[in-house]
Amino acid sequence: MASAPSSSSPGSTGAAGARGIHLPDTARELVKILVAGPFGVGKTTLIDSVSEIRPLHTEEHLSEASARVDDLAGVRDKTTTTVAIDFGRISLGGGVVLYLFGTPGQERFRSLWADIAYGALGALVLVDTRRIDDSFDVLGLVEETGLPYAVALNTFPDSRPYTEEQLRRSLDLEAGTPMVTCDARDTNSSIDALLALVQHLIARNRPETR
Amino acid sequence: MTGRRGGRPLVPAYLSTGGVARPSRNSLERLSVLTGGGGPEPAGLPAAQHALLDVLDGGSLTVVETAALLELPVSAVRVLAAELIDQGLVSARPPIPVAALPAPDLLKRVADGLRALKQ
Ligand SMILES: Nc1nc2c(ncn2[C@@H]2O[C@H](COP(=O)(O)OP(=O)(O)O)[C@@H](O)[C@H]2O)c(=O)[nH]1
Ligand SMILES: [Mg+2]
Repeated sequence: MASAPSSSSPGSTGAAGARGIHLPDTARELVKILVAGPFGVGKTTLIDSVSEIRPLHTEEHLSEASARVDDLAGVRDKTTTTVAIDFGRISLGGGVVLYLFGTPGQERFRSLWADIAYGALGALVLVDTRRIDDSFDVLGLVEETGLPYAVALNTFPDSRPYTEEQLRRSLDLEAGTPMVTCDARDTNSSIDALLALVQHLIARNRPETR
Repeated sequence: MTGRRGGRPLVPAYLSTGGVARPSRNSLERLSVLTGGGGPEPAGLPAAQHALLDVLDGGSLTVVETAALLELPVSAVRVLAAELIDQGLVSARPPIPVAALPAPDLLKRVADGLRALKQ
């Protein structure tokens, strides 16, 4: 909703538009994490707060399979439903580049979801506790895809103070799923939420030593 | 509140697509890295292919970044890039070099990198 697809650097992109966003020569391992959640939960805000490139987005046909090659030359079918998917990039040193994909979770995005999730390390699922039900679709998709995930609760001024136990129960979280609170507008807070996910991924991968 | 559980497993759309939008190489992921400079641009290249070569002038980009800059859906860039790869004008590599797999300390390096970003 917040995105204005065609207002930023239309057609004029070319080499000049790309300058400054090319990958560093040192980039070697490119990994991605999904930042998932319903509209308005704070996905774009979180990605912007940690991204090193100006936030970019793609316009995706809701049914990728029906996208036609004829659309490519710029003849776009105006009746096709599209959704803007934002993403950000963070160079982490040592040749690792992390991409964050803001991924809406509604059922109707199912095929698009599968494509974006392909190869992802995991998902950070943002939840607005004022409308918990809105997160069910996305949690369902994450679990179906088999993506490991952590939950970040974005608190808004009028959020009610639920207990952790209440939230875990209403979200029906898989046992051991990390749940943290997060202010997506704050860089450090967003990084901490991502770290909670990555620590969880590391712990899952560790061979049992007990 | 268990209603959201269950369902069928997901297959990446572009691997299951039988239509026109399927690239000639279905190995192109969103984070596959495209590099241009594969030779002089032939005359009469379609505008969309020319535009793609143009954004790769000066460095490599992922498929998804290319799509964002060209304002095209990722599915479209997959097709365009595959055509250019077939012509030897663009090369592509997977997000993580096959030679680097498995990358056991990758997650740890992601965590270390994130920690280092904190202000
Ligand atoms: N108080 C508060 N507001 C937030 C937070 N994250 C996002 N917002 C605000 O919520 C609105 C929607 O956020 P946005 O990132 O566009 O949501 P998206 O649709 O998931 O991408 C914006 O006005 C943000 O400033 C948060 O953690 N705390
Ligand atoms: Mg958004």
